[in-house]
Amino acid sequence: MSAPSPPRKSAHVTKADLAEAIHQQVPGLSKTHAAELVALVFDTLKETLGRGEKIKISGFGNFMLRDKKPRLGRNPKTAEPMTIEGRRVLTFRPSPILRDELNADAEQERPAP
Amino acid sequence: MTKSELIEAIAARGGLTKARAEEVVNSLFEAMTAALRRGEGIELRGFGSFSVREYKGYDGRNPLTGTAVAVPPKRLPFFRPGKDLRELVDQSRLGGPITGED
Repeated sequence: MSAPSPPRKSAHVTKADLAEAIHQQVPGLSKTHAAELVALVFDTLKETLGRGEKIKISGFGNFMLRDKKPRLGRNPKTAEPMTIEGRRVLTFRPSPILRDELNADAEQERPAP
Repeated sequence: MTKSELIEAIAARGGLTKARAEEVVNSLFEAMTAALRRGEGIELRGFGSFSVREYKGYDGRNPLTGTAVAVPPKRLPFFRPGKDLRELVDQSRLGGPITGED
């Protein structure tokens, strides 16, 4: 008899799980094709962001890009002053709809005003 | 890129009708929303990961009137881009300014 598997630290969803969900949802779409399309979506998003183009998914959120200016810093080990180079960063701003979705249960528990 | 532009891109690249691509893209983001609603994280290899952060409620005050207000606990989605994507985005600086509608 095999030992019971340890409990998963935290459940997480993968591309395969998303493909399964789409396969269930869209009539006549095979699991294999769903998996290809999930990969295609994230590849497309990645390429777009990699061109320096931001993305807005209404109802979900925006993938925003920001240019950070170079600034003076210090090497924490040697205390030597050094320039921290400018860089471009990606941040995700959830749409109010998504924020509400995540808090819908709390909303119901909250006493009426 | 907007959601409708993404749908067009998926239709063109995946050889689907636009209506079909729309169903796929919509159900993808619905499935992601449902996972986050369940409090589950999403790990997308090569792209990044989404998680849900829980914030405790606290007793706050209306800064204008000084009235005590209970700030309820809330859950917020959080995205961390993968190393690949972070590097790709940083390199895009060399290609010129940020594009896409505001």
